[in-house]
Amino acid sequence: MISYRNVTKIYPDQSVALRNVSFDIKKGEFVSLVGKSGAGKTTLLKLLLAEERPTEGEVLFDDLLVHQLSPSSLPVLRRNIGMVFQDYKLLNSKTAYENVAYVMEVMGLEEDTIARDVREVLEIVGLGERAHHYPFQLSGGEKQRVAIARALIHRPNCIVADEPTGNLDPYHTRDIIRLLLKINELGTTVILATHNKEIVNRIGRRVLTLVEGQLVRDEEEGKFIVV
Amino acid sequence: MVMTVVLFAISSLAILQGMSAFLVERLQEGVDVSAYFRDSVSEEEIFKVRQQLLDLEEVKEVEYISKEEALRRFIETYRDKDAILAPLDALGRNPMLAHLNLKARNPAEYAQIADFLAGEAFASAIASIDFHDRAPVIERLFLITAGIRAGVVAISIALSAVAVLVAFNTIRLTIYNSKEEIEIMRLVGASSWFIRGPFLVQGALVGVAASALALLLLFVLSLAVRAQFQSFTEFDIFSFLISQFFMLLLLCLAVGIGLGVFSSAIAARRYLRV
Repeated sequence: MISYRNVTKIYPDQSVALRNVSFDIKKGEFVSLVGKSGAGKTTLLKLLLAEERPTEGEVLFDDLLVHQLSPSSLPVLRRNIGMVFQDYKLLNSKTAYENVAYVMEVMGLEEDTIARDVREVLEIVGLGERAHHYPFQLSGGEKQRVAIARALIHRPNCIVADEPTGNLDPYHTRDIIRLLLKINELGTTVILATHNKEIVNRIGRRVLTLVEGQLVRDEEEGKFIVV
Repeated sequence: MVMTVVLFAISSLAILQGMSAFLVERLQEGVDVSAYFRDSVSEEEIFKVRQQLLDLEEVKEVEYISKEEALRRFIETYRDKDAILAPLDALGRNPMLAHLNLKARNPAEYAQIADFLAGEAFASAIASIDFHDRAPVIERLFLITAGIRAGVVAISIALSAVAVLVAFNTIRLTIYNSKEEIEIMRLVGASSWFIRGPFLVQGALVGVAASALALLLLFVLSLAVRAQFQSFTEFDIFSFLISQFFMLLLLCLAVGIGLGVFSSAIAARRYLRV
């Protein structure tokens, strides 16, 4: 489903973010991407969303060369990938309901469908009662659940979570990881970038370890090993 | 604000056009050539001349004013001015001359008609020719109007450029302030038109607001100067605005929305990485 083939990324300031990275992710996998800050985790995810272009190599999503997509095709790619960020990236002027509904609006779906699906997904993430609260009225854990609801709403094939628990306390962290595992059980591929050792070890799924832009370990049922 | 000034200038152009058309019409309406016949010339002879004149292509119409009619009109015109009418009584006869008033099809042809009347053929019948050559006046009016129009067009174009720049910068600032929101929209898969749309609508709304403001300003100002204008040129600027309201509204909206959307489109294209 996702393929990184000999990917190297060098930024204009000559800093090397990734060096010759290659791996595949199959449909329905749960993959943890671990490494220190600056190891290249976020760059790897940005390449998948075509926010950045690889200096060398190629990234494929469903057999499509991501960096060769035309600007008009990019929204279609991004609608197939649900993104969850450490800083939530919610629209502050919109309520939890509106933030989630926005994704369906950009897809041009009917009002009725939007209303039904948004309520349903907010119930799944446990925010049915908080639907009409603005982000500033929600706790960190609640904001992240809104972000997950938004990533889920259009039933993407893959969810990419970049440090989703970075700003959360252990209780909320546990909730969010449970939610991601539940989503994965329903068939959605999940890529979780994190430097939280405890989470990775508890999940016990495939782990990709990055060190200074290089993929140094790729293990099924792996552990977070400090390098 | 600048867009309001642009729209105000463009609307003023329309008024200028209307006013110049009005003044030219007024000038053309007047009697421009009058041929006065000697007392000895009979009415039949005058009618023959009239027919000859009517046969000319340049002549639009010829009105015959008999001696009696001329006297009646003179008395009518000066009925309150005894100082002018008293010598008439003293004279004891009608001193007026029968005459023909001519109107030409084209103001430029009056000189030709006057020359025709001054020719040998009519020398014994016509006592005098009263010829007010309005062609130069009309020509000058056209020149002045064209000059003012060119000036206003030049100013409008310059102001339009400024308006585009101001609107462009406003939208650029809005885009800059919404940078984070735009990034989120991109990441959740919003198409470029879905993101640009609101900015274009914002540009269009600026155009609509500027149109409303410009028209309001125009109406208030025209009301303020209506009386002075009317006494000077007989042109009722306010009535003209009322009669042309929908045309002006359409013009302002078209230009305002056009400029607003154009500037937003450029700003969005330049600064919205989608």
